[in-house]
This record gives sequence, structure tokens and C-alpha cells, in this order.
Amino acid sequence: MLTLPQFRVAAAATNVALADLVGHTPLIRLRQITAHLPESVEVYAKAEWYNPSGSVKDRPALNIIRTAAAEGRLTPDKTLLDSTSGNMGIAYATLARSLGYRVKLVIPANASPERLAILSALGVDFVKSSPLEGSDGALHAARELAAAHPDAYFYANQYDNPANWLAHYYSTGPEIIEQTDGRVTHFVAGLGTSGTLMGTGRALKAYNPLIQLAAVQPDAPFHGLEGLKHMATAVRPGIYDRRLADEQVTVATEAAHAMARRLAREEGLFTGVSAAAAAVAALRVAERLEAGVVVALFPDAGHKYASERFWNDVC
Amino acid sequence: MTTIRIPTPLRAYTNSQAEVPVAGATVGAALADLTGRHPALKPHLYNDSGELRAFVNVFLNDEDVRHLQGAATPVKDSDRLMIVPSIAGGRR
Repeated sequence: MLTLPQFRVAAAATNVALADLVGHTPLIRLRQITAHLPESVEVYAKAEWYNPSGSVKDRPALNIIRTAAAEGRLTPDKTLLDSTSGNMGIAYATLARSLGYRVKLVIPANASPERLAILSALGVDFVKSSPLEGSDGALHAARELAAAHPDAYFYANQYDNPANWLAHYYSTGPEIIEQTDGRVTHFVAGLGTSGTLMGTGRALKAYNPLIQLAAVQPDAPFHGLEGLKHMATAVRPGIYDRRLADEQVTVATEAAHAMARRLAREEGLFTGVSAAAAAVAALRVAERLEAGVVVALFPDAGHKYASERFWNDVC
Repeated sequence: MTTIRIPTPLRAYTNSQAEVPVAGATVGAALADLTGRHPALKPHLYNDSGELRAFVNVFLNDEDVRHLQGAATPVKDSDRLMIVPSIAGGRR
């Protein structure tokens, strides 16, 4: 335990820029929900809510901003524009603002009230797109806005921007290799823009081609898995390569909800719904193994979903 | 007739119709008429116990019917219902 003078020294040493705090998130072993598995099967959560704005999206947001600034496409007189279901917008608002850039977002009107409240608190300019059209509707609206005002905006376009997946190639992948001492055998991540799986997956495959990649998708076009896409029916992101994953795992919204309750009540992890979906998929993968090190990426914590009614369901 | 607005991902089950006119004096009856006309919608909207799935929100003229009288909420011909996935909470 730190004594007070030591704590002051430690606090002084962390006086760093916000952008320096992106990444290097903890890897947490899941022990309760895996109690039925042999000790030789290890399941870990990559806890991305430890990023400064509270989600995995800090990684692509920071790399998109830095890359565009370095290439001269994002300048202080332009406004960064993108569509988002919430987390990417919060990441842009947090990081772009701290680096001196303006931000404009298009977000579906049915994004959670928590997300909209956070964006308002951050003072971001956002427009709401049709709740009937989800994230694809927001994407189309952002494209139209960018095309109508090419001089005003830098259109970040997280779905097609290679800086998205490259962020994970250079950070998330190497971190997982290091944190597992190179023992990782399986990586499990949900598909939204697909940046997490494309970047982390390519880094892991480059390290060891035997590492297996499982992509998590909703089981149907109409679902409640925030941030995830049903690729067969949604607008397909330009950065997505279907051939990269070794396996596609589909998860029902209700299964993710039940897992979110278990993670909270058994593991003490208050996670978001997409994290719970990744945990469902990771358990399915782990249950087939005699030995292995399974890493599932947990995009965010549960705070932004606290108003959802599923937390109070019985089972 | 009351009109129900259909979200994009469910239009695959309504012959691509974005709006479906339905009969019924309550929200429950209107939804039952909708799933009667388009039975493939039913498993997407209801769970095995016949309740609306937890992430499915139905709005009557922009008001969440769970905050009104739920399925028993009366509807008029001029009303518009909207089905929206509560991608994280929905509108309150």
C-alpha cells in the first residue's frame, strides 16, 4: 500500500497528456464464469474501458486524428466530422478537443440517453439521424454533409479509414502478445467497423499464424447489441475483410444481456452489452478447448447502459 | 388506419415496406395486426413468452408506450407508431 508521500510522487509522475493515456489497458482473467472449465483453459478480458474516454474507441480516434494531422488533411480550420453510435464520438470529443480540433458528429436518435448526455456535457456539435435507420442512417447523413461542405470538414470516416485498424495493429495486438507472454491462442472481438478485429487479428497472425480469430456478430439484422453490425445486411465497412477471421460467432441480444448480468454479479465486472456478447462468444470458444489462452476484447463498461431495463431481469 | 413505421433492418420481413397500415384500437392490437400481415416479424419483436423483447421499443407519436399504458394504450386512426431497437436504452 502506498503511503501518502509516495502517492504524491506517483501522482506527479502521471502528469501526462490525455493522448498518452490511450491504450495499455489491463488484461483481466475471468475466473467465475469459467469455473466449469479446466485450469489449462484461461479466458481473459481486455478491459478497454480503462482508456481516457471510457472505451476502445480512443485507439482508432487518436490514430485517425494523428494520421490526418500528419498528412495535412486535418488542420485547425477544419472540423472533424464522422458518424457514430456514441463511443467513437465521445472519443473524438475527448481527444480531438484536447488536441485543439473541432468536432461534429451524426448520431442515431436512438443512441442511449447516457451517450447523448455525455456528448452534450463535452460541448460537442451533433445532429441526430433517423432512429429507424440506425448507424447506417448516420453514416449516409455524415457522407452527405461531408460532400456538401468539403472545405469545412475533415470527414474521418471510421468505417473506411485504414488508420482505424492500424491503431489496433500497432497497439492492441502487441499489448495482448506481451500481456500473455506470447501464449495467446484465441482472440475474440465483435464486428462494428471491424477495426478491432482487422488490426489486432493481423498483428496476432503476424506474430503466430496459428492464433485463431473469432468474429462476433448479432444473430439477426434487428438487434440490441450496441456498436455491433450484422454484416450480411448492414453497409459493409471498407476496412472489413471477411476472410481474416477463422470463425464467425453469432450472439442473440438476450444471451448478451444475461451474460452482462453474470459478469456484473459473478465477476464484479460492470460491462457494456458488446463486451458481454464477446464474453458469450469467448466462453463458446473456450468450452471446446482442452488447453488454451482465450482473449476477448471488452469495448466498454456498463455505465452508458445503466438505463436499460434488462439489468433487472431475473435470469 | 394507424400507421406503423418499420426500422430498416426489419423491412426484409415487410416486403420492403417502410410503413404498414394496421387495424386495432390499442397498441397491442395494432402490433398483432402487423405480425398477422407479416408473420416473419414475430420472432424479431416478441420473446417465447409472447412479451416484447427487452430491446424493442414502440413509440406512439414519439412517446414510449411502456411509459403510457403499454399494449393497452389506445390508438386512433391518425396515430403513428414506430418500432425502434433500444440500441442502449432508447429514447426516454
